[in-house]
Amino acid sequence: MADTVDLTALDRWIREFARLIAEHKEMLTELDSAIGDADHGINMHRGMTAVVTTLESESPGRPSELFKRTGMTLVSTVGGASGPLYGTAFLRMSATVGDAEELDGNDLAKMLRAALEGVVQRGKAVPGDKTMLDAFGPAVEALEAAIADGEPLARALDAAVRAAEEGRAKTIPMVARKGRASYLGERSAGHQDPGATSVTFLVAAAATSLV
Amino acid sequence: MNKLINDPAQVVVDALRGVAAAHPELRVDHEQRVVFRGDAPVRGKVGLVSGGGSGHEPLHAGFVGPGMLDAACAGEVFTSPVPDQMLAATKGVDGGAGVLHIVKNYTGDVMNFEMAAEMAETEVVAVVTNDDVAVEDSLYTAGRRGVGVTVLVEKIAGAAAEEGRSLAEVAKIARKVNSNGRSMGVALTSCTVPAAGKPTFDLPAGQIEVGIGIHGEPGRRRVPLGTAAEIAEMLVTPILTDHDFTGGDGVIAFLNGMGATPLIELYVMYQEVSTLLAKAGVQVARTLVGPYITSLDMAGCSVTLVKADDEILRLWDAPVRTPALRWGV
Repeated sequence: MADTVDLTALDRWIREFARLIAEHKEMLTELDSAIGDADHGINMHRGMTAVVTTLESESPGRPSELFKRTGMTLVSTVGGASGPLYGTAFLRMSATVGDAEELDGNDLAKMLRAALEGVVQRGKAVPGDKTMLDAFGPAVEALEAAIADGEPLARALDAAVRAAEEGRAKTIPMVARKGRASYLGERSAGHQDPGATSVTFLVAAAATSLV
Repeated sequence: MNKLINDPAQVVVDALRGVAAAHPELRVDHEQRVVFRGDAPVRGKVGLVSGGGSGHEPLHAGFVGPGMLDAACAGEVFTSPVPDQMLAATKGVDGGAGVLHIVKNYTGDVMNFEMAAEMAETEVVAVVTNDDVAVEDSLYTAGRRGVGVTVLVEKIAGAAAEEGRSLAEVAKIARKVNSNGRSMGVALTSCTVPAAGKPTFDLPAGQIEVGIGIHGEPGRRRVPLGTAAEIAEMLVTPILTDHDFTGGDGVIAFLNGMGATPLIELYVMYQEVSTLLAKAGVQVARTLVGPYITSLDMAGCSVTLVKADDEILRLWDAPVRTPALRWGV
């Protein structure tokens, strides 16, 4: 595995995620108003704007610090369910990368697996519940498989994006069993899950900014 | 949609400034968006903290004061507050006897309060309210929502804490009220989140949503508008089917307005509800009618019943001095 990513690339990833959230905040809120409470885009945009502000005010010294500040800021500014879920994901990434200055494909896969596990623990959802897990889970699995097959990082990340997009699409017919959408019962079917949509932006941002 | 606001993004901040200006007996931490009773922390008393998304006023800040909450955390509209706020509230009400968190059962609220309790240095017990019978199958959902009963839990647990009971006892009473309570709500209109600027769901004229929560999320079913008597039946029947409210010391009956429904209609509804309860052999021991747990500018109402006993009634009658509930003082 020759290709590695450094702090600059990881910082670019976080900012690109913030940009995608800002660009799509109305769409995320629209999706949320169909089956939730119409605030996912607003909340994620508030959180990621705060993350970018803290990164501008003081540059983090290493990847673990970048992720820790991102996670803490999201926990402190997003609220709702997304704050603890995304916050926990980034805090787990921070703990997993340790003192590393550069990450290779294996490190990235391990880091995202830890983030996924954090989301599962915090949210107690399982695949098929119509949550962010349904896009994030397949993305992490695709990344792990591609890295294990010796694919270059760019292709592995592309595979992860495709898996996230497929998982995101599969949330449309699902009946929600977690979060506010679950109160709709059968009426939640036919709508794409907002959390699965925002986490697909996180994966997509990685593919365009890490390599 | 015409609204009395300055800036959609500043609604919560501006409203808290108003709370501070109107109620000098309360202390408002504007940075953390926490409303404290003026004399918090009260030495030796269990501290009661609640909180949640804004837009349900007077819940929760309107229930801060002697005999009820010690602090309330205000989240963004319909969005759970964050752990930092709950931590600040917990620290600020810690009088050495522990702190009770009263949490409405919503995924975000539960997770944020959980993170705060993990970080707190004080002994914290959480009681999660989940009284909404509209959520039928809790095996396949995030569980029943915490709605109307939360007001009664805050009042009754608040009175128990004021009496100097221990954290375990106050938590036990709070859990008893919650498990004795059931609610059901109906929306005649959607509501408009200021930052979103348009109604959360479309409800054509002549249609109502039965089984709504308090966040503008759609309900379980949509039916044509009926008379007050018919709608009262849609609310009361599922409650009485879910739990036996007959016998004992009767019930506390709470007819709540969702925000935009005038009191005259709430009394029309209460009349129908009380007739249905009498027919079902349910005796009403105490009544509360008015907008206490609202959903912004939604029109509609909810019915909450709590099966009472001596202890619950005595604590319900105990003095309370808050902006929104005030008696016996």
